[in-house]
Amino acid sequence: MIDPRVSIIQDRVGDINRIIAVTSGKGGVGKSLLASTLALLLARRGRSTGLFDLDFTSPSTHFILGVRETWPIEDKGIIPPLIHGLRYMSVVYYSKNRAMPLRGIEFSNAFIELFSVIKWGSLDFLIVDMPPGIGDAMLDLIRFVKRAEFLIVTTSSPLAFETVRKLISMLNELEAPILGVVENMKMEGSVVKQEVLRLGVNFLGEIPYDPVVENSLGNVCELLKTVFADSVNKIIEKME
Amino acid sequence: MHEWALAESVIKTVLKVAEENSIDKVTEVRIRIGEMQQLEHDVFKSALLCLKPDELKDAEFIVEIAKTKLRCGVCNHEWLFQKEGFEEDVLESIHFLPEVSHAYIKCPICGSPDFEIIEGRGIWVESVKGVRGSDRP
Repeated sequence: MIDPRVSIIQDRVGDINRIIAVTSGKGGVGKSLLASTLALLLARRGRSTGLFDLDFTSPSTHFILGVRETWPIEDKGIIPPLIHGLRYMSVVYYSKNRAMPLRGIEFSNAFIELFSVIKWGSLDFLIVDMPPGIGDAMLDLIRFVKRAEFLIVTTSSPLAFETVRKLISMLNELEAPILGVVENMKMEGSVVKQEVLRLGVNFLGEIPYDPVVENSLGNVCELLKTVFADSVNKIIEKME
Repeated sequence: MHEWALAESVIKTVLKVAEENSIDKVTEVRIRIGEMQQLEHDVFKSALLCLKPDELKDAEFIVEIAKTKLRCGVCNHEWLFQKEGFEEDVLESIHFLPEVSHAYIKCPICGSPDFEIIEGRGIWVESVKGVRGSDRP
């Protein structure tokens, strides 16, 4: 017995120039906010961009973007709706924002299903907001989508960075490309940049702690005026 | 109508299986669809017919519906998915992504949402039959 869905995944992402998976070793480092802001700013630069929230059990990008009253379009597959200039997809369209507990195999089934039926079309960038850690999402992305580049987010905390070391080591072992590391909520005296460079990984930039960025959640216009967004804009220069 | 997207994946898989097994002429393809996904049978079959390339012109597609069995991870109770009792929009969500059933279904015995779909989740190609070049007279 063969699962036919896997065979079509490469076709579905075939017209996407770059797939960037925003990941982290631990939760709470600002990954979803970075993924959402990155996608919005790329779109503002005229790049055709998609944002896919792959954090099935704790999706949050819809909250950041203030997604309301849109729905994926059915046309011989699923066409992600256009929101703030982005092609956007999240399981919240189907879970109605209820808690959705998923064990490993079921995560993978949902992953394969969505990647096999979503028609992203031609994109310059697909930004993927990953769940934290080295788990099903990362392994499935490497296994089935194959050519994702990983952008790792950390804070200055040694606790967060300790998990980043393992993440980098695992990605290297799996021969998955690492785009670089972003340090969010940077603190005085942080040694993250030196540590990243010592590991032979690109340091993409730092984002200072922005006390007002939380006030802009759900309001894209306000989000793009923040120090956080300014910093992400500088990071894009290094990515392109 | 993501039946079309799934039909496309079936066609691609059958072509790959035929190539890997040196089947020149595919005569029969058996497909099983889990009841939980509630694919529109007619739409799916029509998509298969529209999408099938010349290489599969002799292929008959046989589609069977499989019951969806669930098992509770807490009390081990097993039960069959039944769409009765769910609102239309919930059924539509499960149709698009059967895993979202975890947001709506609980074990009827202990009430836990910690269950797994042990049979009849989605779609799979059960068998591809045909004639190899070397089988021909």
